[in-house]
Amino acid sequence: MIKTDALIIGAGPTGLFCAHQLGIIGLKCEIVDNLDKIGGQCIELYPDKPIYDIPAIPECTGEELTNNLIEQIKPFNINFHLSDRVQEIKKEKENWRVKTLNGKEFLTPNIVIAGGVGSFEPRKFPTKSADKFDGKTVLYSIKDKKIFKDKSVVIFGGGDSALDWAIELSKSSKVTLIHRRDEFRGAQSSVDKVKELQKNNILEIFTKYSIKDVNGNGKLESVEIKDDEGNSKLISADYVLGFFGLIMQLGPILDWGLNIDKKTIPVNTETFETNKQGIFAIGDICTYPGKLKLILSGFHEGALAARGCFKYARPDEKLRFEFTTTSKAVQNRLGLKND
Amino acid sequence: MTKIIYIEHSGQKHEIDVANGLTVMEGAVQNNVPGIDADCGGGMSCATCHVYVKEDWFPKLPNKETGEDDMLDQAYEPKANSRLSCQITVSDELNGLIVHLPEKQV
Repeated sequence: MIKTDALIIGAGPTGLFCAHQLGIIGLKCEIVDNLDKIGGQCIELYPDKPIYDIPAIPECTGEELTNNLIEQIKPFNINFHLSDRVQEIKKEKENWRVKTLNGKEFLTPNIVIAGGVGSFEPRKFPTKSADKFDGKTVLYSIKDKKIFKDKSVVIFGGGDSALDWAIELSKSSKVTLIHRRDEFRGAQSSVDKVKELQKNNILEIFTKYSIKDVNGNGKLESVEIKDDEGNSKLISADYVLGFFGLIMQLGPILDWGLNIDKKTIPVNTETFETNKQGIFAIGDICTYPGKLKLILSGFHEGALAARGCFKYARPDEKLRFEFTTTSKAVQNRLGLKND
Repeated sequence: MTKIIYIEHSGQKHEIDVANGLTVMEGAVQNNVPGIDADCGGGMSCATCHVYVKEDWFPKLPNKETGEDDMLDQAYEPKANSRLSCQITVSDELNGLIVHLPEKQV
């Protein structure tokens, strides 16, 4: 079990800067994020898109912003717990006991939810019949490609994940690739490659088709696909894979007894605390009169939430307001050498 | 003001006067029409403002931007008449536009 002054949920820009502000005032924190990388929406949704409204930075991409924030918090040696999700929280005297999906446990007086619009999850098939095979033979990610050897695999999607896996699995499986339109959005080299494999009868491609149903009694047997005119086709399948990108869902946060207003969490604007003591919400996930969903607002909210955390983490101490330009204590925390 | 008609999956109809220059997504969100999430806030970075444009209206809309179809690949049950409502700007020509909302966005 990890004891810390604050646990931050979400490694997007808001969570990262809040970690910085916690470090500045001498508090330790740990960060959990469902994605396998740091950066949140900036990295997952728009790594290459320029952002023009970060104060004092005329233009930077989501990736550059993330890298700069990572650089800025380096002195604090913050632990990241990626590809994991906070699942359960329980109050224990002055602390929250926090459990993650991967079985990690934290004990902390403060939880800062910087979860954006929720955690990124793969988009699933709309067909209900796919649910009963979910995680067994209907999959949205691949952990062990060996299970597909010599099997019939039907892959849905038109992006890089769908194309890359179609190419890879066609080496040792019977692959059918299905996409809802003629154009693929993956890399041109991958598109060329699957078309070449199709020409050589190594894999089959059906475009302008989408899933209609999956069939099988106990064991998956086939998948039915349909076109826009309603014509359908039956394809035998041992495995069905769907790569439709990621959606954002609030997930377990909904079960923690927090007030929720249209997928956001109301907070007070002094410390960004929620209706639960020691639970703060900052960034896109919080709401208050005048809320702007801007990264710069998230930075401000993180700075104040960090101060809000102080009173629970150091109940016997008084927080002194200090500047990074002049405070020896702060500069020590930043690892700077003082003359 | 231009009249936009949003029809929920349940059949519930909302006739909304939307100011020209706003998007069909903003017209829904600002008037509390349920069924459009718009998680990314209009950045064409998610697919949660997905609508089905009534067939006879579909060809009258300005063409899709590059990238819109890529996002629609990731929408819930996209069809031939699918659009992202954040990419449809309201103007006089769209008076009476009918969009159907999908069963869900995520």
